[in-house]
Amino acid sequence: MPRLDDIRAGYLPLLDSAVLLVAADKGFAEARDVRLILNRETSWATIRDRMGVGQLDAAHMLAPMPIAASLGLGPLAVPMVAPFVLALGGNAVTVSNAVAERMATTDPVMDGPAAAGQALRRIVEAARRDARPPLRFAVVHRHSSHNYDLRYWLAASGIGPDRDIDITVVPPPLMPDALATGQIDGFCVGEPWSTIAVRRGAGHIVTSKAEIWRRGPEKVLGVSAHFAETRGEVLARLILALHDAAAWCEDSANREALAALLAAKEHLNVPESALLPALEGRLETAPGKRRAIEGFVTFHGAKANRPNPDHGQWLFRQMVRWDDATDSETAHDLAAAVFSPASYDTALGRLPPNRESKRTLSENDRPTRLYDVSGENPASK
Amino acid sequence: MSAVLSILVVDENRARAAIIEDGLREAGHSRVEVVTETAGLVRRIETLNPDVIVLDLENPNRDQLEHFFQVSRSVQRPIAMFVDRSDTASIAAAVDAGVSAYIVDGLKKERVKPILDMAISRFNAFNRLTRELQDARTELADRKIIDRAKGILMNARKLDEESAYRLLRKTAMNENRRLADVARGLVSAHSLLGDD
Repeated sequence: MPRLDDIRAGYLPLLDSAVLLVAADKGFAEARDVRLILNRETSWATIRDRMGVGQLDAAHMLAPMPIAASLGLGPLAVPMVAPFVLALGGNAVTVSNAVAERMATTDPVMDGPAAAGQALRRIVEAARRDARPPLRFAVVHRHSSHNYDLRYWLAASGIGPDRDIDITVVPPPLMPDALATGQIDGFCVGEPWSTIAVRRGAGHIVTSKAEIWRRGPEKVLGVSAHFAETRGEVLARLILALHDAAAWCEDSANREALAALLAAKEHLNVPESALLPALEGRLETAPGKRRAIEGFVTFHGAKANRPNPDHGQWLFRQMVRWDDATDSETAHDLAAAVFSPASYDTALGRLPPNRESKRTLSENDRPTRLYDVSGENPASK
Repeated sequence: MSAVLSILVVDENRARAAIIEDGLREAGHSRVEVVTETAGLVRRIETLNPDVIVLDLENPNRDQLEHFFQVSRSVQRPIAMFVDRSDTASIAAAVDAGVSAYIVDGLKKERVKPILDMAISRFNAFNRLTRELQDARTELADRKIIDRAKGILMNARKLDEESAYRLLRKTAMNENRRLADVARGLVSAHSLLGDD
């Protein structure tokens, strides 16, 4: 029997930890002579700390996290790379019943982020006019796609995320309760927590990440730059294992087995039925109401797993836009380099890209798959 | 900044929180508060306005707390994670022990380090005790299951106790399994077959 290389990886119990869990559980890691030792963690802060002191080699991370770490933002920041994208999409924006009812009086159909955004804007404007306290929305972390996608959508709808809304942080499993008890008026979170909130009668889903930024990266594998440099060969095998696991997750024939694995007590510890709407791409947006959302969560296919430097730059620009990072050409290049596809391409035996990971996204470029971008755009990735 | 540090210990594990609190009091800290419920934690911090917060690393509310420290206007003084003022060795020791700590800006390292060191050693001691207790429980359970397996073998195969034990041990060695696991398998197979 060949010797297995140990890789210690941390994850948070969320739907989009699927690829890591499957790689460890279904033998994909072992097939590449990797023993993937998974550690379930309780917060992104703990993942950051354990990565920072080298207790973990790799982790399930919010896409902006390795960029923030590489920029030295926050404690225990070490240079990191994101050599594999674990999932696209997967988040939903859910509002309380009270807010949903008022939104429905403006637009009872609300198909898509543009309509939902206009309906929400009416409420926000009314609150401002009547000098009522602003609505409070929760995200899972400041450096998260949830935060940046929510802010993008709000701003594009004419709502000032900092002026008109109070944005706070709540751990995912507590979101449904926080919404039900009125501590927050809405949230943006990964599945299954919106489905659970809707089923608990706490709120309605009004839009989703897949609709705001189609095929936008949500979670990545984060590894320290040091690990990528010194254990490149092992990392390449991990990438291959994750690639196989991602293909397995995307295959609808495995949907129920995947739901069962994720639902297990030692992983998400939720009913399997809470995971199926997201995996099927048919969200229960309100009691008795279902809506098909194309590509709601994507684990694999059409370069889904291949890091895209343009996405790194776009995320960095969102960090700058909302005062989480200071703009500079160096930082921009660094964000692109974090999302370099070089390790991925090498692992899959493809030629690494010829261009250097440098700024490619100019000031006015936006990813074309943003819901309010149309027409030709050089950054059409 | 007052001469007496105000310290808040946040730990859902009451026993561990008490051990930390004792340690702090023994070290001469008189302003120590303990919170074992994380509901309403942010509000408690606003009211207590502590200089140092010692927190279980695995507390699920850390992302929320850190966000609050960064942005909240209600925190009068900026709060940073202890690591910003520690050496690499004590950072690693703290994460290993499962301690995280947040410290108000401007506190001198020399004032904070003893608190952190104490918390680390008490967390470690607590973890060791918990592990020992767990081991003792496992050992007791193992011994019970091995006794039952021996009884089954003695009955079914008409063996004396010594031979039954030797048979179990040989099986475990041949199959490269723990003795207790072999015994557990035997007991559950036996109860499945229902001739108890």
